[in-house]
Amino acid sequence: MCPDQESNQQLFTLWDNAQHSHTRQGEAKTVLFVILLTGPGKCSGWPFQSTGIMLKGMRRLISKVHKLDPGHVLHMGTQAPQSLAAHLDSQVSGQSPRAISRTSENDPAKHEEQHEGQHYSLPLQDMKTIFPHGLPPRFVMQMKTFNEACLMVRKPALELLHHLKNTNFDHPAVRYVLYGEKGTGKTLSLCHIIHFCAKQDWLILHIPDGHLWVKNCQDLLQSTYNKQRFDQPLEASVWLKNFKTANERFLSQIKIQEKYVWNKRESVEKGSLLGEVVEQGITRVRNATDAVGIVLKELKRQSSLGIFRLLVAVDGVNALWGRTTLKREDKSPIAPEELALIYNLRKMVKNDWHGGAIVLTLSQTGSLFKPRRACLPQELLGKEGFDALDPFIPILVSNYNPKEFESCIQYYLENSWLQHEKAHTEEGKKELLFLSNANPGQLERLCAYL
Amino acid sequence: MAASCVSCCAALSCRLFLGGRVNLARRQVLWKAAAAELQTVFGSQILRLRHTTVVTTKKNVASLRCETYTVDFIKKQIEEFNLGKRHLANMMGEDPETFTQEDIDRAIAYLFPSGLFEKRARPIMKHPEQIFPKQKATQWGEDGRPFHFLFYTGKQSYYSLMHDAYGKLLNLEKHKNELQAKGLFSEEAKTKDLIGSRWLIKEELEEMLVEKLSDQDYAQFIRLLERLLTLQCGAAEKEFLQSFRRSVTIQSKKQLIEPVQYDEQGMAFSTSEGKRKSAKAEAVVYEHGSGRIKVNGIDYLLYFPVTQDREQLMFPFHFLDRLGKHDVTCTVSGGGRSAQAGAIRLAMARALCSFVTEEEVEWMRQAGLLTVDPRIRERKKPGQEGARRKFTWKKR
Repeated sequence: MCPDQESNQQLFTLWDNAQHSHTRQGEAKTVLFVILLTGPGKCSGWPFQSTGIMLKGMRRLISKVHKLDPGHVLHMGTQAPQSLAAHLDSQVSGQSPRAISRTSENDPAKHEEQHEGQHYSLPLQDMKTIFPHGLPPRFVMQMKTFNEACLMVRKPALELLHHLKNTNFDHPAVRYVLYGEKGTGKTLSLCHIIHFCAKQDWLILHIPDGHLWVKNCQDLLQSTYNKQRFDQPLEASVWLKNFKTANERFLSQIKIQEKYVWNKRESVEKGSLLGEVVEQGITRVRNATDAVGIVLKELKRQSSLGIFRLLVAVDGVNALWGRTTLKREDKSPIAPEELALIYNLRKMVKNDWHGGAIVLTLSQTGSLFKPRRACLPQELLGKEGFDALDPFIPILVSNYNPKEFESCIQYYLENSWLQHEKAHTEEGKKELLFLSNANPGQLERLCAYL
Repeated sequence: MAASCVSCCAALSCRLFLGGRVNLARRQVLWKAAAAELQTVFGSQILRLRHTTVVTTKKNVASLRCETYTVDFIKKQIEEFNLGKRHLANMMGEDPETFTQEDIDRAIAYLFPSGLFEKRARPIMKHPEQIFPKQKATQWGEDGRPFHFLFYTGKQSYYSLMHDAYGKLLNLEKHKNELQAKGLFSEEAKTKDLIGSRWLIKEELEEMLVEKLSDQDYAQFIRLLERLLTLQCGAAEKEFLQSFRRSVTIQSKKQLIEPVQYDEQGMAFSTSEGKRKSAKAEAVVYEHGSGRIKVNGIDYLLYFPVTQDREQLMFPFHFLDRLGKHDVTCTVSGGGRSAQAGAIRLAMARALCSFVTEEEVEWMRQAGLLTVDPRIRERKKPGQEGARRKFTWKKR
């Protein structure tokens, strides 16, 4: 870490300490201290130019600052920064902000309650293999900007991890449903779980967004396998490609136990590798949906044998039981079960197999024909879906608690994401808290402007 | 005799000129004035017998066109007004002796109800001095010589006022020098008279002098008065200065503060209403809380997904530095998203007044948090596509 960042953090600590000293005069003086220390080239400025604030308002701190005599200011300015930094070192007491927002424990298996609220980083190489798809687009942008991928350890994820560590693989697969309001972190919690399972060498079956399969499909083919169902070649082939990237090593180990005939000339024999089926699906786009169906069937059958552990992770599972916007040529609507992909996925999500776990996420954001404020399982799944998924373990993902909020702000500050002068002050944090109501999604969008 | 009277009446009536603007509908009083003067020709002070012929210069023709109210005319109007006031009092069954102007206004509004929106177009009955503009009497005598020595400056009242004020200034300085020579001079601080008052504005000065002034004249006059202020004045000078000061009313005393109420658990809360465009809101602000806001039973983050609306809700708390300290429950209906946010903001600010000091209430009022936003949707006019947008102009 470069010395500038070090001193910055110490300054922030000093600032935090000054906040807790209940003298306004002290605050103002230490702030002047802080401004003059951050040398040229840093994002410091007079934080008290009131026009920089989000809202107009009289800031009483301004009048207090002006009351300080200018002689005080000049005296500070003449001293060398290094000696002052050393002086600060001795003054630092208590935790440094880094301890609040980051942890060095990068293995999700070892995350406990003490890590709650802290960010751990994922190696970027792993991100490409574990998550070829499935990360929210804003998170991908953040990853690119910060050049690192950091997830916050939060209670719902910790709970799920605890359950997963204690699963009995002889019982039928347990279904966990992550639900909550928009922007609270369901998808990223799912990613946390997937990372854990990948580290534990499970086979990950990750459907990034169920809603993508029920809307905006350009080419619907009548399925070759079953005349009443429809194929979606594009979506299926894309998914197969990503599945291949995520689970390379399993594809050369698992062997299928049945013979499947693609058409008159091509077929795949019993005993051949699963990788072959996947290749066939990717190259022959027309058979991609059927390939997906085969993959799902085989994996379900074989995970019960105990060779590998299977994690079925579906984001936006309420798409499976909702309505679609797809229509036949005669403009009549298509029900979800008439889509082959959805039909097979529904079978997957049923808990009639063992040897793994099923983690599902509800999502209103991409859902069709559901009111904006619906976030409970009953509302989003509908009666049919709820009955199909019953029994499941619901896990509520809520907004940040104060500790997590603080940690998130510290993370952004460390990455120099918040450039506004008031961002590191208590008042600024209160403003952000109010405006985002501790909702992670809203906070991220707000901070993007600062 | 009669011919010469007529001629002099005509000439004299030409020389009467208006000093200000006329509020009422104009009536052609010229001939009536002339007729009045003929009758009062021997008693009036203004009219004097002249032996000159009628002078029909361009100037006279110009002044013939503008309205003139003679002193007699005004006197007659005043008599009529007083009589009318007594009649009105009798009609309304009130005592004619103690019939004030407010009673007159009320009586007229009752007897002549008007649905006109413009208040100034409704029937009024006021003292003629308030209706007819002030005019200058003739400035010159029978021989054509003006009475005032500064007549030929064009703005005689203004320059005479400046002359008087400067004379007073010189006197005061002379007095001060004498005192200093004797050694009896002592400094006094006298700013008490000036608090809560302001100098009169240019329009008021013009009205007082019945003359048009320019901005530079007005500025010069105020500078002179300021110079007078810096010196020690006697009682006469102070009175002279006070005649040019007007008091400034303080607005904030009119702010209504809601009382604090207590509910079953003993929690202090305060309720108030607010509105904006067609949205009406009612907010209940609890004194101790953690900054949660519920709108119509829904969390404010879900009710207002747009950041701008949430910023509006944040404004009162942020201004008073009480961001996480109050809990709010509110109900709102009508309007659109922005109007509802504005209505809730007003309701919350008003409710907060009861938990906050008077000074902070004044600050809030100055920040505009407590004012109802008067803007409403402008009506569409016929011949235009919208309120302002005109139809596409086609050349042919």
